[in-house]
Amino acid sequence: MNHGRTRFVAGFLVIPVALYVIYVIAPYAQAFYIAFTDWRGVNASPRLVGLENFQRLAADNVFWKAIGHNLILLVLMPILTLGIALFFAFLLNAGGRGGTGGIWGSKFYRVVFFFPQVLAVAVVAALFQQVFRPDRSGMLNGPLIALGFEPIGFLSSTGVAFWSILAVLVWQAVGFYVVLFSAGISSIPRDLFEAAAIDGAGGIQLFWRVTLPLLWDTIQVGWVYLGIAALDVFAVVWVMTAEHGGPDHSTTVMAAEIYRTAFQYFKFGYASAMGVVLFFFTIGFATLALRLSRRERIEF
Amino acid sequence: MTQLSRRELLRSAALAGLALPALSACATPAGNGGAASSAPAAGATSAANPLGFAEDKPLEIWIFDGGFGDGYAKDVHERLLQAKHPKLEIKHNATKEIAKTLQPRFAGGNPPEFINNSGANAMDFGALVQDGQLADLTPLYDAPSWDDPAVKVRDTIDPNAIELGSYDGKPYVLNYANTVWGIWYSQKLFEAEGWQVPKTWTDFLALCETIKKAGKIAPFTYAGKHPFYIYETILTLAAKIGGKDVLKNIDNLQDGAWKAEPVKQAAAAFAELGSKYLLQGTAGLDHVQTQTAHNKGQVAMLPCGSWLENEQKDSTPADFGYAMFPLPDFGSSDALPYGTLHAQPGEEYVVSAKSANPNAGLEYMRAMLSKEGAGTFMELVSTLTVVKGAGEGNTLKPGLKSAAAALNAAGDNAVWFLFRKWYVELHDEVAAATGQLMAGKLTVDAWADRAQRKADAIKKDTSVKKFSR
Repeated sequence: MNHGRTRFVAGFLVIPVALYVIYVIAPYAQAFYIAFTDWRGVNASPRLVGLENFQRLAADNVFWKAIGHNLILLVLMPILTLGIALFFAFLLNAGGRGGTGGIWGSKFYRVVFFFPQVLAVAVVAALFQQVFRPDRSGMLNGPLIALGFEPIGFLSSTGVAFWSILAVLVWQAVGFYVVLFSAGISSIPRDLFEAAAIDGAGGIQLFWRVTLPLLWDTIQVGWVYLGIAALDVFAVVWVMTAEHGGPDHSTTVMAAEIYRTAFQYFKFGYASAMGVVLFFFTIGFATLALRLSRRERIEF
Repeated sequence: MTQLSRRELLRSAALAGLALPALSACATPAGNGGAASSAPAAGATSAANPLGFAEDKPLEIWIFDGGFGDGYAKDVHERLLQAKHPKLEIKHNATKEIAKTLQPRFAGGNPPEFINNSGANAMDFGALVQDGQLADLTPLYDAPSWDDPAVKVRDTIDPNAIELGSYDGKPYVLNYANTVWGIWYSQKLFEAEGWQVPKTWTDFLALCETIKKAGKIAPFTYAGKHPFYIYETILTLAAKIGGKDVLKNIDNLQDGAWKAEPVKQAAAAFAELGSKYLLQGTAGLDHVQTQTAHNKGQVAMLPCGSWLENEQKDSTPADFGYAMFPLPDFGSSDALPYGTLHAQPGEEYVVSAKSANPNAGLEYMRAMLSKEGAGTFMELVSTLTVVKGAGEGNTLKPGLKSAAAALNAAGDNAVWFLFRKWYVELHDEVAAATGQLMAGKLTVDAWADRAQRKADAIKKDTSVKKFSR
């Protein structure tokens, strides 16, 4: 009886587990192995070099720069995205007069905010290349030049380019979280808002005292998603910036350095070492985020 | 043995039919990876088949579907080869992603015979050579040429092409197209404005000043997002000032090669140009945007290679009149005379040593290097080739004509550098630093320091195969 049940369960599990092992666990294990070799991608038998790749990594200024950028993104991208998304979601759902409905035209805005999410990342990057163009054809610089100002090198000035990237990442992510938080807010019972409003709470107090605490679970999930997304940023940087992470490495991120090292320099061993570092960053962040933001669930 | 029933017989026949191709599919790569690869089964050589390839085995061809497209291979070279060897089966393929498509084939031990390893996603030549994946082209160069059996292939092409495709003295890569770099302008515009092609650096700066003063258009630009376009020019000027060894030392990762005086002088010259005469926003524009601005008459000059005219054919006004001039004389003590230019055979083709029929790949190259193969290629894709006298009698467009004339005038004074191919990392670092140099954010000394530091780091990196010339 029990044996039969084990077989029954195992029968269901064997295929997904096998797929997971073959396509997820095995490549990870392989990457850890390759990180200790000087494999260049074409030869069949890579040479083991011990910790050499990691030693080189420790002295690699560009990679440290990339880590720095990822860490800045890790902090700012969730804060900005969640902050803006919460603000918009609140306005769309509870920002109307009396704190019970959305502001005027909220249904329209909800659709508009979601647009960036529908676009492929490469499209977004190409789009913003045009927005940020440094000449008269640029959407932002065109008016500036027409008014007689010097154009801003949104993507060509080392001091500005990274912030342009951050802006695009936030712009792209906000829509999804507006929808997520809208769903969260609409699941909060109306009478809570009404009761608070009767007790004399204004819009700001409603937000801080009612909406935010009751949305905490959703925010926590969003935080972890965005954190991992911040560590994995690649396509926007790769497609949008000069020199793929430039100018002069000013926008580069870990994933871009891994891609460059593997597929342009053909140093798969070294790139895998970078991948291992990124792996630990991601795992570390996920564990930390879930630990720190653990909080009692409020039932309603 | 028991008698088979009709059904069993049918079933086993069906199974055998399934199993046979599967088995042979497994057997092919295994056979190649093993003993067969060390001694490729060469057919007998003959006048018709001097390289002795196996006519009964297919020839798999992969063309990079980039600026040249892949039509030239199908319509010109494969047709030529097929006409000569009707029995040979040619499998034509084209891709924009050479490395992604073919690298697994190399790692798996069954690479295709012939590859146009080009474009931004090409495989690393250094890594391929290091692993013995590429066939030595010496037999090809020593074989009789396609057009005249009395002349060797070697003697029908630009010797630079063989040298440039060599790694540690052995030729592995066929550089087929020839590229000439220079400063490009519109003949129509220059004639209309009465501007002269500058012969000295002083004249060049004076011309820039005149254009700037006139206020209608910007004097100079380059593809700011791809600073290679400007570091190429800097290095060519450095070679003109200090001689060919300047670039040779850089390629050979010699200590202090980047800090040599001629290199710094050239960098300072272009940094000055960058600070005064660039088109607004140059740093953030790419090659297409700057070249289009050039076509629209927003900027007078830009540095580029001889592919420019073809690349811009859809946006160039009919009477634009593309032409190029070589870098002006920097000073009276220049090591190389006026007319010196950067000319580099490019567009790489290789034959994989571990493929099933490598000599068929070599035979294909022999067809490419024929007068007809090269001449028609020139006409089709509008570029120079390494084949001597190819395209004679063809009517060339003004830009190509100007480039061909400049190349001819340069004679032996053609310079080039290879670190861009040998050490991509160094290329990236120099590009990044040069972008900052041109933007005025890096001094010439700091620029040279960065390039030198990267060169030194590569020299010390044991995992990177070193080359020398």
